[in-house]
Amino acid sequence: MFESIRLAPESASTLSGQVDAIYYVSVLISLVFTVIIFFLVVFLSVKYRRRHADQVGVPIHGNNMLEIGWSVLPFIIMLFLFAWGTKVFFSLCRPPAQSTEYYCVGKQWMWKFQHPDGHREINELHVPTGHPIKITMTSEDVIHSLYFPSFRTKCDVLPGRYTSLWFQPTKPGEYHIFCAEYCGTQHSGMVGRVIVQTPREYELWLAGGKTSTMTPVARGEELFTALACVTCHRQDTAVRGPGLAGLFGKRVQLANGGTVLADETYIRESILSPNTKVVAGFQPLMPTFQGQVAEDDLMSLIAYIKTIQPAAGAVPAGAAALRRAGFTTDGTP
Amino acid sequence: MTQTALSPEQHVDYLNDGYGWKSWLFTLDHKRIAMLYLVSVSFFFALGGLFAGLVRLELLTPQGDLFGPDIYNRLFTMHGVIMVFFFLIPAIPAVLGNFLIPLMVGAKDLAFPRINLLSWYIYVVGGLFTLGAMIAGGVDTGWTFYTPFSTNYSNSYVVATGLGVFITGFSSILTGFNFIVTIHRMRVPGLGWFKLPLFVWAHYATSLVMILGTPVIAVTVLLLALERGFGLAIFDPTRGGDPVLFQHLFWFYSHPAVYIMVLPAMGVISELIAAFSRKSIFGYKFVAFASLGIAVVGFVVWGHHMFVSGQSAYASVVFSFLSMFVAVPSAIKIFNWSATLYKGSVAYETPMLYALGFIGLFTIGGLTGVMLATLGIDVHVHDTYFVVAHFHYVMVGGTIMGYMGGLHYWWPKMTGRLYPQFWSRLSAMIVFVGFNLTFFPQFIMGYMGMPRRYHEYPPEFQVLHVMSTAGATILGVGYLLPTIYFIMSLRKPVHAGNNPWNAVGMEWQTTSPPPTHNFVSTPVVTEAYAYAEGGQGVH
Repeated sequence: MFESIRLAPESASTLSGQVDAIYYVSVLISLVFTVIIFFLVVFLSVKYRRRHADQVGVPIHGNNMLEIGWSVLPFIIMLFLFAWGTKVFFSLCRPPAQSTEYYCVGKQWMWKFQHPDGHREINELHVPTGHPIKITMTSEDVIHSLYFPSFRTKCDVLPGRYTSLWFQPTKPGEYHIFCAEYCGTQHSGMVGRVIVQTPREYELWLAGGKTSTMTPVARGEELFTALACVTCHRQDTAVRGPGLAGLFGKRVQLANGGTVLADETYIRESILSPNTKVVAGFQPLMPTFQGQVAEDDLMSLIAYIKTIQPAAGAVPAGAAALRRAGFTTDGTP
Repeated sequence: MTQTALSPEQHVDYLNDGYGWKSWLFTLDHKRIAMLYLVSVSFFFALGGLFAGLVRLELLTPQGDLFGPDIYNRLFTMHGVIMVFFFLIPAIPAVLGNFLIPLMVGAKDLAFPRINLLSWYIYVVGGLFTLGAMIAGGVDTGWTFYTPFSTNYSNSYVVATGLGVFITGFSSILTGFNFIVTIHRMRVPGLGWFKLPLFVWAHYATSLVMILGTPVIAVTVLLLALERGFGLAIFDPTRGGDPVLFQHLFWFYSHPAVYIMVLPAMGVISELIAAFSRKSIFGYKFVAFASLGIAVVGFVVWGHHMFVSGQSAYASVVFSFLSMFVAVPSAIKIFNWSATLYKGSVAYETPMLYALGFIGLFTIGGLTGVMLATLGIDVHVHDTYFVVAHFHYVMVGGTIMGYMGGLHYWWPKMTGRLYPQFWSRLSAMIVFVGFNLTFFPQFIMGYMGMPRRYHEYPPEFQVLHVMSTAGATILGVGYLLPTIYFIMSLRKPVHAGNNPWNAVGMEWQTTSPPPTHNFVSTPVVTEAYAYAEGGQGVH
């Protein structure tokens, strides 16, 4: 059990060693100062302990040279840490020009990644070693923070704007992905893993995921899971969102008192601008998918929703499909 | 420590000058108001401590087994809100400052006794708002209330809690205002600025921060409430607002608030080190001006909370530099306190044990603060347990150690009673051990990558979490003991004598407990800490 105690996570990127170096040096400096202070306090308070009840201290009021010394010396050491830390910081926040760009969308409570070739993953990210990778990120809801402890980097993921981070993995393996900015109920569940592969393994993995050609309904079913439609529009419960079984072609009672025919136009509008026509009895909780679902995928989704029937036949896609699944996003919220 | 029982025809003091609830709830006596504050902040400390205990209990195992995530999130949020706004900020100024500043400047009371009582009522109303929100279902945003989670997503009582914080802020402003006027205008003739105890200097610096900083949190919380309640889109990015603006506003107050919490503790430590070394504080003026320096520079370091928030990298560089700069006056204080022990007459009374503990723990808190101000390190450890450990070393290892030390030092003055030496020394040592066991492992798990505010966590962190929870249990015992022996001491008759420590300082020139108007005859003005000069306190 105790062998799990280490001082640092796996060092798996080109910059993680640099961060560790400055950390260990500053730990050493802190240790030296702590030992000096502890020693001074213990030594002096023992040596000059009160020996009889009326004893008073020797009246010493100060020493200007000492004051200057212990103000300037720590400050010089801090300037050194400041300069070094700033240098490492600029390395961390300036991706090399030849970086490959990946995309990430955070939402309560999952990470959605997209590879340059359009390949998509949820809560998992495959990356090759030996090449700088830049991730451009945005959030669909609250502020998250994408954190790779083994690469010693993180950056907040904000709604309505883009931020980015970069790293160049050096060591194949599986490492944690955490959300570091508190984001609500399942904050601690907004985790995943980054799988670092050799470039060859990575190519094979990419090729493996692109083999099938799918019907629009199958593609839509995948999207339905991948986009997490399934978490709210479930068959068995209708707590957060209305069930979709047998919906197509029916009249829907709206919260504002009116009704609407559930045709292709309405379903499309409900995906892109869900708060415009809210179904009676539900809160306008659904996030907008405006700009996140490409037109062809939208059509696939509608095709799938048309096929959902009560009871059997509409079971959400399984875990394997989830992993392969794509969802289209160009990142705009 | 002779137990010279005073004769039954003893003096009328502030405690026996009137009985019944009216004599307390309508009192204008700064000493009684301090006692009202003591009772209320102790209540909130116990409540915040209970939440901390439940959080630590949940974290014993990697799975979320004791509470669901929503409960857990409410627990750590209420722990933070209560500890920061209802305990750490008011504790030392409103209890010890309130009681002692008039005594230390030789005044009958604070400049505005009615405003002083008002500040306590405002504090209570703010506290009741927050308690009400808690009973209704609590709040789950973290004590930092980050938008847009707090404005648009949280399904908890954000506005009610925020209003509690908003209201309580006014109590803080009024207290700071009262202290500043008192220190300027009510010093006994002959008591120049550089004869003031460093406790008073520290409270002067704190009061400046209270007056200048607190209105900013009031505005911030008000905007938050307007946005959540009325849809004012200040922070909502989908309607053109900026969620990061909230962080700037929040930390513009909440970083200086750290100094509201720790500066008074530093003032206490100066008094304790001087009294139990029987010696003037080494470098008095440097320590005094260090307090003002911290208060001023502390206003321009807030951006170090936002190095990974999407803030401009160049702004981060400036904030990193300033944050290191503010560490210098803190270092000056640490060195001067240590040097004061040199050729002193050091007694290991309980308050001194707390003071020596403070020096050790605050040193670690300060040095890890420098590490966090180092940009290249912060990117990795930001929002991890490293930060949690760091600010607990400052807040618990600093502020609470100072508060406990001060309470033990002035308890005979405030109540006329002594507490058992054995148990109090033991509890000081239990606190020191328990504290380190609780929070030191959190530095390690923080650098390992354990994010804060996690209900569940990967199993490799469990050993460190178990150590932390074990430490918290010990720490809890360390805080429980003083609660018991302080309360029990009140059952005894007044027996402490006027000056059990043979300390100098004007508060020790009057009787214990002091009479309602503090001094029967005009106190003698000397330099601060005039021990070698045959100071009036040494018999």
